[in-house]
Amino acid sequence: MVLAADSMSLETRHLGFTISPHEECGVEEAVRLIEASGGESVVLTLGPIEAAEQLRDAMAIGIDRAIHLQTDGGEWDPESTAAAIVDAVGAEESASGPFDLIFFGNESADAGGFQVGLRVARGLGRPAVTGVKKVTVEGTSVRCEQEVDGGRDVYVVPMPAVVTVKEGLNLPRYPSVPGRMRAGRKPVAVSAPARTQARLELERLVVPAGQGRRAELLGSGPSAAPAVVEMMRRIGVA
Amino acid sequence: MVLVLVEHADGKAIDPSLQTLTAARSFGEAVHGLLIGSSVDLSAHGVAVAHVAQHASLDSFAPDAWAAIIVQLADRLKARAIFAAGTDRGNEVMARVAARMQLPLATNCTAVATGSPVTLTRQRWGGSLLEESALHSPRPLVTVAPHTVAIALYPAATTVEEFTPQLTEQELAVKVLERVSNKGGGVSLAEAKVVVSGGRGVGSKEGFAIIEDLASLLGGAVGCSRVVTSAGWRPHSDQVGQTGTKVSPELYIACGISGATQHMAGCRGAKRILAINADAEAPIMQNADYAVVGDLKEIVPAISAELRKSRAVHAPLPGPLPEGERG
Ligand SMILES: Cc1cc2nc3c(=O)[nH]c(=O)nc-3n(C[C@H](O)[C@H](O)[C@H](O)COP(=O)(O)OP(=O)(O)OC[C@H]3O[C@@H](n4cnc5c(N)ncnc54)[C@H](O)[C@@H]3O)c2cc1C
Ligand SMILES: Nc1ncnc2c1ncn2[C@@H]1O[C@H](COP(=O)(O)O)[C@@H](O)[C@H]1O
Repeated sequence: MVLAADSMSLETRHLGFTISPHEECGVEEAVRLIEASGGESVVLTLGPIEAAEQLRDAMAIGIDRAIHLQTDGGEWDPESTAAAIVDAVGAEESASGPFDLIFFGNESADAGGFQVGLRVARGLGRPAVTGVKKVTVEGTSVRCEQEVDGGRDVYVVPMPAVVTVKEGLNLPRYPSVPGRMRAGRKPVAVSAPARTQARLELERLVVPAGQGRRAELLGSGPSAAPAVVEMMRRIGVA
Repeated sequence: MVLVLVEHADGKAIDPSLQTLTAARSFGEAVHGLLIGSSVDLSAHGVAVAHVAQHASLDSFAPDAWAAIIVQLADRLKARAIFAAGTDRGNEVMARVAARMQLPLATNCTAVATGSPVTLTRQRWGGSLLEESALHSPRPLVTVAPHTVAIALYPAATTVEEFTPQLTEQELAVKVLERVSNKGGGVSLAEAKVVVSGGRGVGSKEGFAIIEDLASLLGGAVGCSRVVTSAGWRPHSDQVGQTGTKVSPELYIACGISGATQHMAGCRGAKRILAINADAEAPIMQNADYAVVGDLKEIVPAISAELRKSRAVHAPLPGPLPEGERG
């Protein structure tokens, strides 16, 4: 991982942006639910202008429209992010009625705060289930399976509800060419919410010290097998 | 005082919670533990008071109820800070506490120093990157990243007090209704002593036959990279990494895996890593203890054959050991 000069962000010049795995599964699940039962799906992001591309990606696999809460590029803390999402969802719902389900990732890939979805659920006064790997709509309720050590815990909560999901929920599809073309014509509502002072204030990023591992070469090709088995015996696993 | 949520299973506090008790002592205040459901002995871990919360409706996990209990107890005790382990459950419950109290929350911290503001180091990218932050809060809420703080024993005279929370119907609305157990035997990936993991280099679903063979010879589990699950060669439950399972075996064998940071986030806990890769310059080589360079399709079967051969030589005479027992 390479840091930018001010150590406040990653050097992203050579990295592409993508939707992270948990959120990608959330988008896919929304598309599948609407394909199965009808209705409308909306994708929302809070991020810089460049994030519009990920909104198009989501619409390319079938999301109907997008909300872009545009920022100047600096990272927002989880409290401010959640507050802006609560406001945006509130405004949307007073115009077109409540969303039955709102999906979040269980945790963001970069900041890993494990909290934005739960803060939004509280702000909207809705039940929330986290870490979900299977979602089944049953009438006006949603059944959620959460992976735990040794099995799965099952929750059933009434809708409207918030569900935070993990990769493995489904296998997201790739966008098709016609899907991409349709996405270009779908509406994106852009606004720029105000940011409040962060109370969890990022001061600096640090790349952790390496573990000092330097691989000992046991050989090349299949002739290395005896040395590998010898190593396995030495460490007690063979 | 600081209040620490202590998770427990089978009559014992879980290690990440004991690590959190150690971290919480760095605030230099009395440490109180909160146990939900039943009591466990915390006297070796510097706990002045263990509060045991009991309620008829707490027969299964109810995260909003747990959050309500923490808030009620912290208010009653005027706790200066609240800690929990950065487990799935700890992070979830503390996020709900934070949302209720409208306070900031710092998850997965590796170091916390008292002061105003509190300064801390926390994990990003599943631990591949660290963040130094200031937490401005009248009541700091912190979770401690598992296995980043060593448990330091600190004997104390612990008093045990019962706590009866007031819980509303709404706080009990989100509740575990049933636990579906994983069927089928097999070695659990998270707990396996050996994990044989395959990446893009394995080439196909069928290609995993040699990976499975080696894993079963070693009594281990099969893992894989995200490229493999995205291609549908293996189920997501086999994926190791930031968005997959975190493993901590004695030996992790990475076959045809380049060693992306998001993959390493899942196997950093391995005691030793053996990389089998065609590319001597692959990033995994900087993260492995042992390496074999070459085509895994030749190397992996050769290792299995060598193991069989050496077992035939070292194997005890036919006796009481069941077939397939590890030597
Ligand atoms: C937010 C996020 C989360 C992620 N989470 C995860 C995660 O949980 N787990 C995960 O694994 N990835 C995760 N990834 C993806 C990760 O970044 C990499 O893309 C992925 O790990 C690469 O998989 P790979 O090593 O199998 O493939 P590649 O990077 O393509 O590497 C293949 C390797 O195989 C070697 N090879 C090819 N043929 C042979 C052969 N015949 N014999 C020997 N060696 C051979 C090549 O030299 C190469 O090193 C995540 C990414 C993001 C952005
Ligand atoms: N800037 C953002 N825009 C949209 N959703 C977000 C944003 N930040 C976080 N989220 C959502 O909240 C989840 C949890 O984030 P976090 O609390 O940072 O781990 C993520 O997986 C996303 O679904």
